Amino acid sequence: MKIGILLKEGPYNHQASDTAFKFAEAAIKKGHTVDAVFLYNDGVTNVTKLMDPPQDDRNISARWSELSQKHGVEVLACIAASKRRGINDDVLVQGSAITGLGTLTDIAIRNDRLVTFGD
Amino acid sequence: MENENVNKIMHVLRHAPHGTIYSYEGLEMILIMAAYEQDLSVVFIGDGVYALKKNQETAGIGIKGFAKTFMALDGYDVEKLYVDKLSLEERGLTEDDLVVDVEVLDAEVIGGLMREQDVIIHH
Amino acid sequence: MLHTINKSPFENSTFETCIRFLLPGDPILFIEDGVYAVQAGNRFSAIIANTLKNNPVFALQPDLTARGLTVVTEGVQCVDYEGFVGLVEEHQVNSWL
Repeated sequence: MKIGILLKEGPYNHQASDTAFKFAEAAIKKGHTVDAVFLYNDGVTNVTKLMDPPQDDRNISARWSELSQKHGVEVLACIAASKRRGINDDVLVQGSAITGLGTLTDIAIRNDRLVTFGD
Repeated sequence: MENENVNKIMHVLRHAPHGTIYSYEGLEMILIMAAYEQDLSVVFIGDGVYALKKNQETAGIGIKGFAKTFMALDGYDVEKLYVDKLSLEERGLTEDDLVVDVEVLDAEVIGGLMREQDVIIHH
Repeated sequence: MLHTINKSPFENSTFETCIRFLLPGDPILFIEDGVYAVQAGNRFSAIIANTLKNNPVFALQPDLTARGLTVVTEGVQCVDYEGFVGLVEEHQVNSWL
């Protein structure tokens, strides 16, 4: 099955990023394709490489970067939401990209499921 | 016959405007998706109905108002606007208090529509 | 249609709103702070028991465990993340954020 994920909340403030990541991992483990993680609202701040949490905490942007590179999951931040929040190509972690809402529409159409996480 | 390439996508607005950005960015998403010729519907539940309230003047809070943008949806062929009846009643509102024409439906009917969807996105 | 709820029912009306739109047979999955709804013997236990008459109710076990919730209302089924994926395989998803 092909699954798309829509993540609408920023990291750390809310558990949404963590649940989305755990869900993606489990889906991949079960043999599904996680086609893309689309970031909207404050969710776009999930992929800044300026993130530098304490060593004993998870690094959420690094985790998305790894998932993307290891499993070919596209991690995409909405351009309009990114511009509002100071996210641009210069700060993106490897494996992520900025794109338009048209891409989310494509993701919604081409996948069997779209699962939303957020606040 | 139903076109198999057309997906049923429902947007559910559940947050009041201005206090959080969800309904505003939700509307932005709806406007973009409208260009993709899918079967779009927009449902207002809970505080989401406040997004449609007439007489919103946001100059004083320094945030751009967007209630009038809902009127533009018709021009994008987004005509399926549904409001949850109880949400409206609980807030002491009627259809006359809203900036656009909507269909006021019982939760059961909206639940049935939800079940028909390929994708549902809450804002 | 799988309905997911991630808010504590004590703080937020999402659970009460969601169940108004449920059709018989639709499963509900509580995740994140939503799992507080299924703790046995709380204010919402009766509503959960009533919902269970027509709808299967699930809760995400890692979220229960993280919150120290060990006893859930009878009939609520606990699943891990793979169980969550399993529900998504069977149903389209309606995430009540």
